[in-house]
Parts: sequence; structure tokens; C-alpha cells
Amino acid sequence: MNNVYIIGAGIHPFGRTDHRSGREQGVYAVREALADAGLEWADIECAYGGSSASGSADIMVNELGLTGLPFVNVANGCATGGSSLASAQYAVASGAYDLALATGFDKHDRGAFNADPKSYGLPEWYGQTGMMLTTQFFALKIQRYMQSHGISRTTLGRVAEKAFRNGSKTDHAWRRSPVDLDTIMNAPMINDPLTKYMFCSPAEGGVALILASEKKMRELGADGVRIAQISVRTRPPNSFEVFQPAINVVEGGKPTILASKAAFEGAGIGPEDIDVAQLQDTESGAEIMHMAENGFCADGDQEKWLVEGRTEISGKLPVNTDGGCLACGEPVGASGLRQVYENVQQLRGRGGARQVPGSPKVGYSHVYGAPGLAAVAILER
Amino acid sequence: MSGLSPIAEGLWTDEAKPRLIGGRLQSGQIVFPMPEGDAAQGVEPYNLSRKGTLWSFTSQDFRPKSPYEGPGEGPHDFKPYLIGYIELPGEVIVESLIVDATLNELRLGMPMEFAVVPFNAKHTTFAFRPEQRA
Repeated sequence: MNNVYIIGAGIHPFGRTDHRSGREQGVYAVREALADAGLEWADIECAYGGSSASGSADIMVNELGLTGLPFVNVANGCATGGSSLASAQYAVASGAYDLALATGFDKHDRGAFNADPKSYGLPEWYGQTGMMLTTQFFALKIQRYMQSHGISRTTLGRVAEKAFRNGSKTDHAWRRSPVDLDTIMNAPMINDPLTKYMFCSPAEGGVALILASEKKMRELGADGVRIAQISVRTRPPNSFEVFQPAINVVEGGKPTILASKAAFEGAGIGPEDIDVAQLQDTESGAEIMHMAENGFCADGDQEKWLVEGRTEISGKLPVNTDGGCLACGEPVGASGLRQVYENVQQLRGRGGARQVPGSPKVGYSHVYGAPGLAAVAILER
Repeated sequence: MSGLSPIAEGLWTDEAKPRLIGGRLQSGQIVFPMPEGDAAQGVEPYNLSRKGTLWSFTSQDFRPKSPYEGPGEGPHDFKPYLIGYIELPGEVIVESLIVDATLNELRLGMPMEFAVVPFNAKHTTFAFRPEQRA
């Protein structure tokens, strides 16, 4: 397989943009990515993209231009962005194309997602009795994890505090003001132990990435970042995921652990080689658990890591440098690509006020979502 | 609970001390709820234990959107509730409402027992509560 590079990265600011549809935010991001790469829409040879709640991506050609390119719609829940990126990578790595687009966008209503039991193959009573909420799953998972591995409530608060501090330095973030630890800890409870500030909110936004072959990158003289490995995995037997009326008594595997291992093996490196990481932080506890599931620390070490500031922008392993989902919100179709966008900017030294010092060379991103899937992308400068 | 009907048929047994109805796969694994349709093929109904231990828990502090059908009309009269997973030893870990307890009383591993309780103006549902020691 040939090397593939990301040579253009565009984003529509996350948050709320009343005057633009989800797809229009995606189109905005595509134009930003084209400008970044110094390309015209007509140069793009194939495209992959999608949204969870804002319709098909292929009709973006109405706004971008009817160039006749093949445009594949991707509908893969929380992995929509990751799957689009993986598909675009294969298209270029195979030698079939020299320039490909991966895009994702979304626009969700306010408040927690409401899920329809039937569409998940679950009985109606599960929703009727109030047990089918994604927020509950995260609270149930972190509650057990905290008691099993000695994680304190304050550590959950520190994760949120860091997110808003980083978000205040990020142009594309939604929450742009720092929030102090006391406010986070004393905010209304959503699902114990998680308060209002420890959860991300459904939001809006769009991201676009332009992928190129090495030959094309050199020809254009573009500023590219190499995709070392993308690994997408769905859940193994007996895992604990969102929307499960029951779990097996035999403990199973985790999709994040599988995707992470595959990504490190494919890239031929280990967690100690990563300079900057974007980890799925649907809520504070998710970032904590995903630090361990992705192999960056042992279960329980997060308590010390957070106290010592190891995951701060200036720390040993900066995590969620743009404020993550907590500060940016979660437009499902765009969220995974935002993480990759952030790593592209960090590796190109374009992080501005949130730039990780010391010219980071290797970036790691991890997205997790329903119904139990994970995607990891490792980028190298 | 006169006048109230179960939230769903076939969810628990109709006996003096009702039990949840799960299923036993051919592999021996116990699942809950009992699968329906084609997925039920080769699965035998299996009545679950009434006693277990608390595996995890949380509170629900805001009123869920549809399809939630809990008591009350809206956010103004919503009463937060507790949910959790209860491990039924050697069987399966089931998600359930938790009743007759406050958040502060809950601990991982504490003994829990099954109950059928009023849910809303029309229905009963299943729940677990801390085991009452005589």
C-alpha cells in the first residue's frame, strides 16, 4: 500500500450556527480544506462523507460543483468520520486515486439524544422505563471504574477544567471560557457522579480533510502529514456498551482496546511514541477510562496523571488539546474528524495559543460510540 | 397493585415471588431479556434469580425524552430515580431501576433483591432494592 498524506484540513466552527444547515457547515469546511491545500473542487477525484442527522453528503456537489466525481455516503454512527477517512485512505493507498476527500458534518437538537428502542433492536419497555440513555451508560461505566481503580470525583472535575481551559484557546471550540473546578464540581448532577459540566452536548459543525498520494503531495509542494495507520473495530463478545439491558457475567473485551492495539501494531510504534492525543471524551470519565484503554497508562494511574498535569498542553502527553468533545460539543458525523483535524494542525505547528511545544511528530486520535465501536488514527510528521 | 398491568408481557413470571424471564443459549450463556422472533430459536426461557449484588449504579436527575413514560407530566413534577446493574451470580448482569434506597446508601457489591413495583398510572415494572435483612 502506498503512503497517504493529509494535505488540506478545514473546519466549520463547532457549536451553534443558526443560519447554516449541517450540510452547509460541511460545504464551508470543504472550501476551507481546498484553500488550505491550494486546490480547486474540480481537482478532487473521489469523496467519502456523511452525517448522522443532517442528511446525505453526496448532495454537497450541488454547492461545490457538478464535477462528476464518485461520492460515497457513509452512515456509520459515531464512526462516520473515521470510516470516511479510512475509505478515502484506501482509495489513495490502493493507487486508484491521487486526491480524495473525507468529510463529516452534523446539526443536532439541544439536549440529550433520545433513542428509539426499535431501531436498536431493543424492546419498547427499555425506553419506556427510562433506562435507554447514553448518559446513563457513561455514568454506570465510570462509577464502577472509579470504585475499582481509586479514581476520585475531583479527577473527573479536573478533566472538564482542562477541557474548557483548552477550549478557550481554540478558534473552532464552542465553549470558549474557562470554568473553575468548584463550579464544575458543584454544578447540577446529570447522572451521578457526572455533573452538567462533565458532559459534552450535542452540537453542530463540519470538518473536511484532503488526502493525497506522495507523488501528488510533492507535485503540489503541499504541507502534508502522513497517515501511519487507521484502525476501526466493532465490539467483541461480552463487552459492556451503550444500550444493554444485560451484560454477561464473563467479562469481555473492549472495541477501543482492539482498535488501539491494531493501530499501534500497524504503525509499528507504541503509546510511549505519541506526542499528542485526542481521546473520546463524551464525558470526563470517558477520557479517564480511554487513557488506559488506549494503552497510555495503567488503570488507576489517571489520578496521579491529572494531579501532575501530564495531560495538559505543556505536559508529557497532551490530551484533547482543542478542548475535545467537552468544549467543542459533539456533532456525531464531524466529531471524529475534528480530532484528526486537530492533530493535523498540531503536527504542522499551526495550533496557535494551544500549540503543543517542542514540535510534536506523532498524533493519536480515538473515537468511540454506539453501538460499541472505536476508530483510531495515528498521524506522523 | 390492583388495576396496574405489567409494562410488557413475558418480562417476569406470574407467581407469588416473581422472577425475571431470561433465556439460556445453547452455549449455556444466560441472556436477558428472552430474545424474540428468529433470535429466540434454540433459546430456552430461563427464570432468573431474585437475589444478586450491585454491579454499578447511577442517578437519573433529568426527565428523559420520549419514549420515557415515567410518572408525572413534565420537568416540573419529575422525580429523579436510581438505576443500576445487578449481578445475578452465575447467570447474567441485568440493568434495572433501583427502589427503596438513596444514592448515598448504594455500594458496589451490596446484596439486592428483585421486586415488582408501580411505575406510572397504568403499569408496574421490575426493580431491585437493597436486600431487607430480617
